[in-house]
Parts: sequence; C-alpha cells; structure tokens
Amino acid sequence: MIIDLGLIDYEEAYKIQRESVGRRILGEIDDSVLLAEHYPVFTIGRTGRMENMLVSEKALSGKGLKVLRVDRGGDITFHGPGQLVAYPVLDLKNRGADLHRYLRCLEEVLIGTLKNYSIRGQRLEGKTGVWVNGEKIASLGVAVKGWVTYHGLSLNVNVDLGFFSMINPCGMSEIKMTSVAGILGRTVGMDIVKEGFIVNLRKVFNLKEYGIARTHSRVA
Amino acid sequence: MTEVKLPPLAEGVDKASVSYWHHSVGDNVKEGEDLVELVTDKATFNMPSPASGVLKEITVNEGEEAKVGQVLAKIG
Repeated sequence: MIIDLGLIDYEEAYKIQRESVGRRILGEIDDSVLLAEHYPVFTIGRTGRMENMLVSEKALSGKGLKVLRVDRGGDITFHGPGQLVAYPVLDLKNRGADLHRYLRCLEEVLIGTLKNYSIRGQRLEGKTGVWVNGEKIASLGVAVKGWVTYHGLSLNVNVDLGFFSMINPCGMSEIKMTSVAGILGRTVGMDIVKEGFIVNLRKVFNLKEYGIARTHSRVA
Repeated sequence: MTEVKLPPLAEGVDKASVSYWHHSVGDNVKEGEDLVELVTDKATFNMPSPASGVLKEITVNEGEEAKVGQVLAKIG
C-alpha cells in the first residue's frame, strides 16, 4: 500500500511510521510506503552533532522552528513544504537483508524520478544521497527494526533552500543543496513528482500494483 | 551466558558502530526487544536481544566500532 499523508507534522508522521513498522513486523500489513511533506523542521540523526546546527535554539524558537533528535542514520537535515519525503516500510529479509544495497536502491528510485525532468542525478562514492553537478538534491537516512525499514529519504522539489543555510546539511560544511525547481528555474507539480517517484519505486522494489490512499488532503 | 554479536549488515561491510544502547548493565532484558542500535553509513539497525536475562556486560560502548562477529555484550 502506498499512503500519501500529504502535508503533515513530522512527529505525527513518525508515529504513523512506527505503527506501520510494528504492523509489518507482525505481518498484519504488506510492504508499504508513506509519502509526506512536512511543516518546516530540522531533524538530527543518531550520529549527528548539534554543532551542525548553526543557529541558536532561541533564534530557532523565535521562528517557530524545532530541532528533533531522531533514530535514523545520518546527521542534521531540514524538511519543509515542497520537499518530497518518503518512508518505505519494507521487510528487507525478503530482499537480501543488506542495508547498503537498500540505500543504493533508494538512490536508484530517486535517479529514475529525476530523469523525468531530464535531470541527471548521480551517486558520489562514499557520500550517500543523490547529487546533481556536485550539489545535493536528495538525502537518505534510514533505520530498520527486525529488518523492517523506516525513516527514508527526502527529495528537494520546490522547497525553500534558504533553510539549509541554517545548518551544515548531513554534517558537511562545504555542501551545497539544490532542488528540482532550482535546476529547472520553475516550480513543478508535486503530485506529478510523486507519480513518477511511485513508478520508479515499484520498479526498483518490485512492489505489487497497489492503489494510493490519501489520508490528508493537501493544504494548498 | 548468551553473547550478543555484531551481525552482518551489508555485503562487503565488515564493521559497524554502536550508536545507542537501549539498556544499561544490570538491566533485565527480554528476548526480542530492542537492545542495541548499530549504524553503518546512513542506516541504523535496531538489534533485538537474542535472549532474556540480565545484561551482564557491555563490551563495545556507544561511539565505538566493532567487527562483524565481535561480541558486543553478554546476557546471563
């Protein structure tokens, strides 16, 4: 099942993810994928360091922004409207039980999605994620519990890249972020991006043809 | 005594870091519940406890690396 959560608070989506993981472990549901866009928020992974947040907590709270510590791999990142976030809930036991292969598969899904816009996404050796001409367009940070995956990826579509200047994204100070809109010079329809993403996801992970359930109507 | 060993997490990867212990030495742990979180690249692996008992010893601390097959803890 592919479930489009629409524009949703990060913490609310996290609860839904964990619930889905629990149900997947018990075999109550099949492999699933949650899609979302989040209200602006910074999240920092287990191996992340707070010094990669370049703005004081006070300044952040003044803007109504939060930094959440989360249990995924990776350092600090930003989520906001105009960024496609996907949380695959897949049982990797049936897919070779290999965390790195899973990361490479997610990159393949993203590279395929970008091809629809004639954008050539690339892998960079030792720098997990998808890059376009040395700039990062998509970030990965995953977790598994009993080989069932949660957390996932974010693809910058129309998102305001200004927020990334408040952090060292992924703990790298030299990094430059980009987006589909930044490369094309125009905004693109998120629904069309999602459709392309789903086509590639199904292909790479051999998912059955499931319908897309929408739980929230997207706020315009 | 049950030894908790680092499992293989990915092909061609012979080590991982311990990122989080869900329990401390002396805690009672149950088989199947989250015991330790391991990290490799941008992925974390929540390892369930292989046995029920008391967590007797932690041999690899948070932030340290271990090799596949290395003992991370002992449960007795």
